[in-house]
Amino acid sequence: MRNLELKHLKNFQWPLLLLLVLVVAAIPVPDFWIYQANYIGIYSITCLGLVLLTGILGLTSFGQAAFVGIGAYSTAYLTLNFDLSPWLSLFIGLSITTLSALVIGLITLRMSGHYLPLATIAWGLSLYYLMGNIDALGKYDGLQNIKSLSIASLNLGQGRIFFIFTWICLILFIRSLSKFLDSRLGRAVRAIKSGSQMPQAMGINTFHFKVLIFCLSALLSSFSGWLLAHFQHSVTPSDFGLKMGIEYLFMTVVGGAGYLWGAVIGAGIYKILDDQLQVLLPMLIGTSGSYEVIVFGMAMVLILKYLPDGIWSLFGGLNTIEHQHELWADAEPLPAKTQSNAGEVILKVNKISKRFGGLLAVNEVSFSIKSGEIKGLIGPNGAGKSTTFNLITGVLPVTSGEVSFLGKRVEHLSMREISQLGISRTFQHVKMIPEMSVLENIAIGAHTRGHAGITAALTGQDKREESRIFKEAHKQLLRVGLGNYMNEPAGNLPMGPQRLMEIARALCADPTLLLLDEPAAGLRFQEKNELAQVIKNLKAEGVSVLLVEHDMDLVMKICDSLVVMEFGNVLVEGSPVEIQNNPQVRAAYLGTEH
Amino acid sequence: MLDGTTNGAVYGLLGLVIVLVFSVTRIIFIPQGEFVAYAALSLAVMQMGKVPGTIWLLLILAVVAALMNSIEAQRHGQSLSQIFKIFLKTIAPSLLVSALTIWASPLHLPLLIQALICVFIVTCFGPLVYRVAFQSLEDASSLVLLIVSVAVHLAMTGLGLLFFGAEGYRNPPFWGDSFEWGALRFSGQTILIFALSLVLIFALWIYFEKTLTGKALRATAINRTGVRLMGISSRKSGNLCFTLAALICAVSGLLIGPTTTIFYDSGFLIGLKGFVAAIIAGLTSYPGAMLSAIVVGIIESFGSFWASNFKEVIVFTLIIPVLLWRSIKAGSHEES
Repeated sequence: MRNLELKHLKNFQWPLLLLLVLVVAAIPVPDFWIYQANYIGIYSITCLGLVLLTGILGLTSFGQAAFVGIGAYSTAYLTLNFDLSPWLSLFIGLSITTLSALVIGLITLRMSGHYLPLATIAWGLSLYYLMGNIDALGKYDGLQNIKSLSIASLNLGQGRIFFIFTWICLILFIRSLSKFLDSRLGRAVRAIKSGSQMPQAMGINTFHFKVLIFCLSALLSSFSGWLLAHFQHSVTPSDFGLKMGIEYLFMTVVGGAGYLWGAVIGAGIYKILDDQLQVLLPMLIGTSGSYEVIVFGMAMVLILKYLPDGIWSLFGGLNTIEHQHELWADAEPLPAKTQSNAGEVILKVNKISKRFGGLLAVNEVSFSIKSGEIKGLIGPNGAGKSTTFNLITGVLPVTSGEVSFLGKRVEHLSMREISQLGISRTFQHVKMIPEMSVLENIAIGAHTRGHAGITAALTGQDKREESRIFKEAHKQLLRVGLGNYMNEPAGNLPMGPQRLMEIARALCADPTLLLLDEPAAGLRFQEKNELAQVIKNLKAEGVSVLLVEHDMDLVMKICDSLVVMEFGNVLVEGSPVEIQNNPQVRAAYLGTEH
Repeated sequence: MLDGTTNGAVYGLLGLVIVLVFSVTRIIFIPQGEFVAYAALSLAVMQMGKVPGTIWLLLILAVVAALMNSIEAQRHGQSLSQIFKIFLKTIAPSLLVSALTIWASPLHLPLLIQALICVFIVTCFGPLVYRVAFQSLEDASSLVLLIVSVAVHLAMTGLGLLFFGAEGYRNPPFWGDSFEWGALRFSGQTILIFALSLVLIFALWIYFEKTLTGKALRATAINRTGVRLMGISSRKSGNLCFTLAALICAVSGLLIGPTTTIFYDSGFLIGLKGFVAAIIAGLTSYPGAMLSAIVVGIIESFGSFWASNFKEVIVFTLIIPVLLWRSIKAGSHEES
């Protein structure tokens, strides 16, 4: 009952917030605070972009202020010199921003680790000096006398009407973005933060998503710059310098980089603190100057030390989105691939080799897998099993040899392309998004089976496809026997269910061939039995599996045939019984008597 | 051209610092510019016969660090006298240097002695900044360290404004003579910069190759856990490394002080150029950092000749293709 009420409340959450904005504007709040709130709204929009980029995608940017600058300067220049309507210049500004974000993004987003944040510092600085040195943009004095925004004959001005406009925009942005994060594309973005290998293996083009989010955050910044220019009626380079870029990051980190509302909290705290300090500190110190940075710097260090998830984490906590059965009750199932006939060869590995410098890790390994077959790849430590696995899935390039899948050569395709062809895998060390629910984690597997684009995701037009995806994810969840864990954060699961979840995620991609990388590693006896049962059930349903495994018991129990590797070579291939009785295999595992 | 190479030599020193700090602690040392400016400006203030404000900050930091150390010692259940000892040990160098400064400032001592005192002051900052801001975060990801680093930079810039005010200073050269050699004119300062840079680089090389502590630092850079298992404290390494870094920064600050006017916030730009150099060299190679720093210096002076307003734009845009190249070369090392 309580749940139901909560859900109803949730439906009214957004209208209520909008109403709140109107109420605040209507009651006699002092003008000073409305003025502050306008700044907070403007800053929050930029910070939203940073939340997406830094908190959710995991890319730190110190250069966001530069995009605010592009938005602000374009509208200032165009409205002053060509007397364009601000509404037109908004779109021109956004287009310029998109173009520059694309160029910068395509160059810098390929960088890894700390190289990217350093690059953002570099272009933040370059752009600042550029703005400060161009005559047409008023050099370091900037541009003045920019007109106010107006809708028809209604002047938005700097007061309450502007406040309503800005905050409604802000709330609508937050609503769209929270819809986006709860969509197929949003899940893909959230998956990228913890490394690109898993998303790639699920067919997600990680680079594409990085550029997308980068552009999206730049657009938000540019929009906020447009607002700022018409709100302040002037722009100067120092509003968009590296210092401001750092301060935007400060707001985001303080508020909570992982939460959309953290942006608003952070911007609020920053603006109020900034204002108080600018009055207070010079009074304390006796001379004027921008001393507030001292406090900001120290506050940032303290917050990173003691509250690394920001202030919103105090209220928000873990933000798993609960999904209910009703959502997909009457959704159609996702279209499935036609599977090949049992007994047909689907994967053919022909003399593949891999050389690491002087070490020949895999030497002319050949085997094939038939549809509906469970093949085990076993061997002592260092035999080259994992390398072979990585060669097939495209993690590593082959030195020589061929891999064909369904008659198509795949050895030079990327991980992502191979997965799109229908090879789906799990990982030796479970790779999941701990904050996402089990169901959502599994739904990542269905990424390539959906088609809704970014606009659909932002506006919530992808509802039907979403419910189809969740129906599929739920089906796979039940298939591996995790029905009880549906809305549990994946990080709370014990090891055994985590492995099963990975299998369900791989199955969600509707694979022709399932590759399991040591699925029994680290499992307890009971968990191993459950795993064996799941794999047996899959076999009964006609799924083909390649299994790399150490656990002899498990392998002997469930595999149809085995390939034994030693020192990079295939030692022998045959049925479990043949392998068990093979003297060479015994020698490889137990040593020989001399 | 010559200007370029001299500035380049100083950028090179700073590049070395970045490489040193990054490789030992994984911290990208953004606040180094403030160390440079503090050194140059402290000297300028002492030249006027006043006590530089930096020592008050030094004392405050020392007290904070000492308190942090004491609290930690107390948590480890050490006795009161031990805690007191630790407190004194942390605070002693700063106290001594501050006392020296207060005593020496009004005396109008010779330039070189004043310079030496400034080096002491700034060097003391190194380990204290490490203790207060970074030490408890030593296991954090390098991104968090980077953000903290930027935050420290921000705070130190503000404090710089507080101590030195908004006006800039230009220090007198240490060696005012100049020499002519063919068509080239060397000033004494230029020669000094080159000589000192070379000496410092050589000293660093000796230190890292030949001494045990130097080797320990290098080992920390390669494998922190392994080093801890071998009984080398990664904290001590961090401390030592920041001390060295602060020392080099102080020297660079004094060297560059006479060639250009230094403001409270100029350190950042100077540091960033060292930074560009370090990044070109991949953050790991000392001679590489030096060489590329000289290149940066030359590009900058050509830049200021052709399009003086855009010289900063040129230098910092330059970094992006280099970063890209570096990043591609480093490959995508996946977390495991």
